Formats: sequence, structure tokens, C-alpha cells
Amino acid sequence: MTTSGGWLARALRSGNFLIGAALSGTLALTALVSLFWTPKSATAISIPHRLTQPSGEFPLGTDHFGRDVLSMLMVGAQNSILVGVVAVGIGATLGIALGALASARRGWVEEVVMRLTDFSFAFPAILSAIMLTAILGPGTVNSIIAIGIFNIPLFARVTRGSANAIWAREFILAARAAGKGAFRITLEHVLPNIASVLIVQATIQFALAILAEAGLSYLGLGTQPPQPSWGRMLNEAQTMMFLAPRLAVFPGIAIALAVLGLNLLGDGLRDLFDPKLARKR
Amino acid sequence: MALLEVRDLSVEIATSRGTGFAVRGLNFALERGQTLGIVGESGCGKSMTALALMRLVPENARIGGAILFDGEDLAQADEARLCQIRGNRIAMIFQEPMTSLNPVHTIGRQIAEPLMMHRGLDAASARAEAIRLLDRVGIPEARRRVDSWPHQLSGGQRQRAMIAMALSCGPDILLADEPTTALDVTIQRQILTLIGDLVRDSGMSLILISHDLGVIAETVDSTVVMYGGMAVESGPTARVFAGLAHPYTQGLFAARPQLGQGAGKRLATIAGVVPDLVDLPAGCAFAGRCRLAVQACRVAPPAPQDLGLGHSAACLRLDAAREPAA
Amino acid sequence: MLLWTAIHGSHGIAAAIPREPIAVQIAAGAGVSVFLFRRFLTFLGTLVGASVVVFLVLEVLPGDPALIMLGTEAQADTLAALRKKLGLERPPLERYFDWIGGLVTGSLGMSHTYSVPVANLILERLQVTVPLAAMAITLSTALALALGLYAAARHNRPGDYGVMAFAQLGIAIPGFWFAILLVLLFAVVLGWFSAGGFPGWGDGFWPGFKSLILPASALALAQAAILSRVTRSSVLEVMREDYVRTARAKGLTRRRTLIRHVLRNALIPVVTIMGLQLSNLLTGTIIIESVFHLPGLGRLVFQAISQRDLPVVKDVVVLFAAMVVAINFLVDMLYAAIDPRLRLHDD
Ligand SMILES: Nc1ncnc2c1ncn2[C@@H]1O[C@H](COP(=O)(O)OP(=O)(O)OP(=O)(O)O)[C@@H](O)[C@H]1O
Ligand SMILES: [Mg+2]
Repeated sequence: MTTSGGWLARALRSGNFLIGAALSGTLALTALVSLFWTPKSATAISIPHRLTQPSGEFPLGTDHFGRDVLSMLMVGAQNSILVGVVAVGIGATLGIALGALASARRGWVEEVVMRLTDFSFAFPAILSAIMLTAILGPGTVNSIIAIGIFNIPLFARVTRGSANAIWAREFILAARAAGKGAFRITLEHVLPNIASVLIVQATIQFALAILAEAGLSYLGLGTQPPQPSWGRMLNEAQTMMFLAPRLAVFPGIAIALAVLGLNLLGDGLRDLFDPKLARKR
Repeated sequence: MALLEVRDLSVEIATSRGTGFAVRGLNFALERGQTLGIVGESGCGKSMTALALMRLVPENARIGGAILFDGEDLAQADEARLCQIRGNRIAMIFQEPMTSLNPVHTIGRQIAEPLMMHRGLDAASARAEAIRLLDRVGIPEARRRVDSWPHQLSGGQRQRAMIAMALSCGPDILLADEPTTALDVTIQRQILTLIGDLVRDSGMSLILISHDLGVIAETVDSTVVMYGGMAVESGPTARVFAGLAHPYTQGLFAARPQLGQGAGKRLATIAGVVPDLVDLPAGCAFAGRCRLAVQACRVAPPAPQDLGLGHSAACLRLDAAREPAA
Repeated sequence: MLLWTAIHGSHGIAAAIPREPIAVQIAAGAGVSVFLFRRFLTFLGTLVGASVVVFLVLEVLPGDPALIMLGTEAQADTLAALRKKLGLERPPLERYFDWIGGLVTGSLGMSHTYSVPVANLILERLQVTVPLAAMAITLSTALALALGLYAAARHNRPGDYGVMAFAQLGIAIPGFWFAILLVLLFAVVLGWFSAGGFPGWGDGFWPGFKSLILPASALALAQAAILSRVTRSSVLEVMREDYVRTARAKGLTRRRTLIRHVLRNALIPVVTIMGLQLSNLLTGTIIIESVFHLPGLGRLVFQAISQRDLPVVKDVVVLFAAMVVAINFLVDMLYAAIDPRLRLHDD
């Protein structure tokens, strides 16, 4: 294997990584900017301006309440990122803890954790969200919880799988011989060594969380108006499909680009972390 | 005319670090019913040579030269023609019996496949023939074993099944690429005996590839010693082993493990490693490891020197090599 | 939510997920009957567990389900009446076993809003959801295998890059947006299909089938994208196997080798991912049925939530969970069919 140049040089040559980073960066930047500034208000209703075509004033036109579509899309990015970050955060924290525990303890602990994750596959995010909504009502928080819960077993599995491989290595033996406990070994040796796998996993789960959030908002189970969300915008656009089909186009493009960007970033990171795998493919 | 004549065969491989020759300037001939051995260290291009004869080199490899089989140049043949020849007139068995059989088909089906394809047999007669072949290669209870899955057989049995598959269409040439390397010593002997018997009975030609000089010395009529993708010495087996003209052949001979060798005695080894194909030296490939190498050796690959009676060696220092090492 | 496994599976991180127990079984030299028996026990256990979770979340955690169904402004006597009707005065354990008994014998509860047996509702809705899912599965699998094989055969050539680009896009595009675009194109612009609705199977096969074509295509997209990636990398992997070289050495053409020796082996990881994905496809019907206003199971549960019809939500959610679990069990059995190393043998 020849690796001319370091990590950065390889990153600059990886198409996946560059496109992914650019798209994800744009997403993050858009959300950040929209916190302080949007071209127009994303929530103010203006009936005289309803359903105007794209123009200098409204670059992407307005919806049936006269709201500026571009501003709504920008603020919608906040929502996607919020749900993604918190849901993946929940899933990663609990999932990594469970997975690392299973790997450090083995035996019945591992068995129980793994059977629990098996079992949780019976409840895809939508089903959990439906149950939560049925008793708590719809809302951003509930969709975050549903997606977060769904993420836990995924992180638990990946963590345990990669951690088990690390536990079998010699330097762990050395650490044990030095009298370090399982908890310390996990923190000092196991987790740092599987960090790259987990980062890739988190990137991809982030993308999936954005997709899931959009689906729930579309169904009306997620983020509620007037807070703009991409899924909700598509729902409303569908009722206007004959009058203003363009409304059904922009939010979809926003979702697809965000998801595409994060997936490409994940692929790119994996190739960078694991050049062997990249060459094999 | 020889059954198989290989002229100036080369295999050029494109790797991520540039291209290089896994095989170059290789010449040999094989008469009908004759046996030929190719011997050399790991990585010297033995398998690549065999795969080139079948035109089954990896996608990143290119073949040069001529492979005259029954007067037809296989190096120029198209894919359809090659499919008629492979498994039918030239058959091959591989080093790894554990992975060379498809795990999702019964061995009977895998043996029957070439029969149905090349001989046009129907399923029932192909199966009957598969049972006969399994019996011939010494698998007990062939009638029952024909329906076994590969994972139900031991390594030796799998290699027997591979041999049955290769023999199925009665090929003119059998290519055996290290057929016993992956097997237990006791099984190795059985398989070699089996191959020897089959070759004698059927009158087919054999190309046996091995890195084991002992196997080569006992089994084949003529021998090619390869190093760095080239033939460094070749000729009738008896002459090659009697002469040991090339310094590399000498080293290989000294390095072979021997039965009954005293436990205290260390095995001789050839110092250094096989050069990588991408940066093969301009001159003799062995020069870097050769105790007799002089400046001239590093300039251009030496031409084969005729030693009489079909024996030749490609070395500029044959005279020096003839003297016993200090 | 739709694609996590495939994305990983296709790169091998999670590909080992359901296969691990198999490997353990092989190592132990156990026959397939033991393997399937253990999987069957897991299957039953998961079903029971899923029902407990559904029951806990929908009947025990909320405290008073009747209050949720009627809202806080409900009259005390209406609340009491509903509690009585739902049998809420009895202890939870008893209610759970009653419910399970009903599920097993097919006598489910009554829908609160429709005042009809939930079983009837479900049966009626299954006539939409099952054909829809079946069409989507067939379409996506056929498409994925064709694309995956094609890409592998054209490895590192334009055809391969084309399929990979399609896969990346197919994974990134939300199914319901693709559904809306399909409606825009084929219903609004071209007028070939109606924008939604389902005429029922009463008028014969074609009208019902036709109304499911766009929804099934929308459902199939993500699935096909993921599976074509998995198929491609799996085929490429298998093409490096020694037995493929053996097949070529026997004189098989490239094409025949691909079909007879590569495909079946390559299917093993594909089936793994397919099993995991099918559950996502199944729950994907919930969104897609909403886009097309199809009176299916997904639409039923969705409406039941807005009407706070907890008996319906409970039964349908448990049915979805059961279908997901059952599909994964069926996939395990499919393994045994594909891979003889898992099949029962006498020695
Ligand atoms: N697919 C490939 N791509 C690049 N180089 C290759 C490839 N296959 C083989 N080589 C190289 O070609 C050379 C010859 O390999 P070959 O397999 O013929 O050796 P061999 O003599 O059969 O060795 P062994 O005894 O280990 O089987 C080696 O240097 C090897 O590294
Ligand atoms: Mg070899």
C-alpha cells in the first residue's frame, strides 16, 4: 500500500469526502445563518403575496400563506440538524455505553444486550413514533425520542462488534497485566481505537435521522407548525400540487442534498480511515 | 510437432505502483503423454504461467508471446474458442481444495457440469459418469458421495473431487498447480501417486507446478526452474538434478528439507527475498541474491547456455558455479 | 430510518448481524434443525416481547387510556362508561392475557371510532397493504439484482458508476418525496394514473393493480438502491473466490459462471440485508399510503392516532411488529435454502 501524503492529502483527493463535506458544510452553515438572518420572515403570513412565482424578492417564490419558501427552507435546516444531532446523540450515548459494556463483560451481559437489540428491531422508528404520538401527541421532542431510541441498538451492535475485535488484541492483554480494570481499559484503549468506526456510523445515522424526521413531519407526527420543517412543507405542497407544483420540489431537493451530503461524507470518512477497505471496493 | 509449445511467453501485470512482468521470455515444449515440472520459490510466476496457458490471468494482466496448442495459438484465440478448450482439452487443478469447490453445489453436480457442457451428456448419464470418476479417483462409496456438499468432504477428498472434475472430459493436458501444498504429508503422497497413475493410464500430458524439488524429481520427465518470472534452468529432469548448473537451482536444492536430517543440522536457506515484479532488476533477476554475481550479471538478462541433451541454464557464471562452494 | 443496515451491510460492518448465530452453529457442528429451532424460539420470544412493549406503552404507561381517548374535558360518566367498555377496571395482567388470547384466536377488540371489530378493519386494510408490499418487494428485488449484477460485470466502467450514482441518489431521496414527484409527473402532467385512492378489487384485477403501481414504485426506490449496492459488492466479492476460477477453468463462459456459480453465493448477504430492509419497507407503507390516500393498514393506524382510537393503534402496531419479526424469521429459513452448509444432513 502506498499512501503518498498524509490524511489531508488523501482527503483532498477523495471525491466522496469533498462533495460530502461541501454539502454537509452548506447544511450546517445555512442553519447557522438562519438563526440570525433570513431573507424574509419564515413564519409571517402575507395573503397578498400568496403563491407568487420565484422573483428577485422571493427567489424560490412563496407558499399558499405567502411565506417566503427560501426562508422556510433555511429555518427548516435548523430543525433537521436539531433532530439529527439530538437523536443521534441519544442513540450514540446509550448505544455505545451498552455495546462497550457488552464487550467488556461478555457472558450473560453481552447475551442480554444483544437479545435486547435483536428485539428492538421489531420497532422501526415509525412504529415507535406512532406509539409515542398516540399517547403523548405529536411534536418535535417525541420524534427525537422515537428516532433516538431506534438508534440505540444500531450503535450498540457496531460498538460491541468493533470493541470485541479490540479486546482480542495484544495491547489489551498488556493493559490487563498492568492491573487496569475493564472500565479504564474501555475508556483508554477500546473507545479511542473504535472511534473512527463510530464517527462513520454517526454520520450515516445522522443522514437517516434527517430522513426519518422528514417522514414523521410529513405525516404530521413530528415538528408542528408554525415552526418550518421540510417534511411539513412537502405535506402542505401536496395539497397545492395542481396550483403550484414547484412547492413540492424545493423541500425534497433540500432533504435529498442533506442526506446525500452526509452519506457521501460517511463513505469518504470510512475510505480515509480504512484505506484497505477503500481499495478493495 | 509438440502438443504444446510456449514461445516467449510473458505476463505483464498493472498494479497500483506501475506495471511489471510476472512472467517473461518463457519457452518450453511439451510432447503428448509427456510430463513437465515447473519449480521455483513462492512468487516466481508459476501460477501466473499456468493461468496464462488457460488464458485465465487476472483482469489487470496482459499476455504476450505465443501458446501453440496443437498448432493453434491460444494467445490469439477468442473467448468462445477458449471456452471450448478449457476443461475439455486442457484442465486444471488448483492449490486450495478447500476453496476451489463451490459450496452451494453438490460435488456430483460440479463434476457433471463440464461433461454436460463439452460432451453434451444429459443429466442422468453425466451423473453416472461422475460416480465412475469419483470411484476412479479413490473416493469410497462414490454412489453416495456424489450427492455430498463440498463442506462434507475432507481436504484430500476435495482434491480428489477436483481431480475427477479435471479428468471428466479426458483432457490432453492436465495443469496441476501445487495440488498437494495444502494437504497433510501422508495425503500428499496419495494424491501424487493418483495423479501419476491417471497420467500413465490415460496418456495425457501433465504440467506439474511445485516448489518441492523432491516431488518434481520423482514425478516428471522434464523440468523448468523459474525465478523472477523467467526460466533459469530447464531440461530433462535427470539431467537437471544431476547437473544443478544454475546457482539458483543449487540454492534451491541445498534448501530442501530432507527426511532423516539430523535435528541439530540447520536448513540452508537462500539469503534475501524474491524481488518484487514491479522493480525487477535489469539484469539477471537472481543477481541480487547470488554469491557469484559479477557486474556483467546486472547489465542484461543472460541468455540460456546449452549444456547438451536439451539441458540449458541462463547464467554467465556457469563455470564458477560448477566448482563446489567454499 | 429506511436504510441504516444496508449502508453498513454493503460495506460489511453490519453484514454479520443475523449471520453470527449461524456461524456459531456451524462452528458447533450442529444441524440445521437446531439452528432453525433456536431461531423459532427467538421468533416467539420477540413476538411476546413486542406485545408486552406495545401493551405497556399504550395501556399501562399513560395511566388512564380512556382519558387519552376522550381528552381532559370529557365528562366523568362518559369516561367511566368507556373504562367499563374497555375493561380498564381489571388488573393489567389480566387485560394483557385477554388481549393476547384475542390476538391468537383472532377475536380482537372493537374500534372506538368505527364501532366495528378491529379484526374486520384489519382484514379489509390488508387487501391493500399486502399487495402493495408484495409489488414493491418484487419490483425492488428484480431491479436490485439486475442493477447489481450489471454494475459488478462492468466494474470500474461507466455502467458501474451509473448504477452507483443511482444508488446514492435512491438512498438520499425520501420515498414520500419520490412519491409526490411520481404523482406530479404521471398524474398531474401526463394524466396516466390517478393521483391517489384505491378502487378496490371489486372491479377486477387491473384497476386495483394500476392504482398500486405508483405507490409500489415509490416504496421500491430506496430498497432497490440499497440492495443494488449490496448485490454489486457481494458479487464482486464472490467473483474473487477460487471456485469461480474453477468454474472458468471448466470452460464456463463469463455469463454462465456469473449465473450458476456467483449469483447464488452472492445472494447470501443480499438476503440478510433484504430481510432487514423489508421491515423498513413494510413500515414505509404507512407514509406511502398517506401520500396516495390508500385505505391500507398504514393509513388505518395513522387515522387511529388522530382519532385516539387506542384499541386499533394497539392491534395494528403489534401486527406490524409481528410482520417485521416474521419476515426476519423467514429470511433465516431462506438462508438454509440458499446455503447447504446450514441444511440438515445425516453425517
Ligand atoms: N492479481 C495480481 N495483481 C498483481 N500482482 C500479482 C497478481 N497475482 C500475482 N501477482 C504477482 O505476480 C507474481 C507471480 O505470482 P504467482 O502467483 O505466479 O507466483 P507463484 O510462483 O505461483 O507463487 P506461489 O508458490 O506462492 O503460488 C508475484 O510477484 C505476485 O505478487
Ligand atoms: Mg501459485
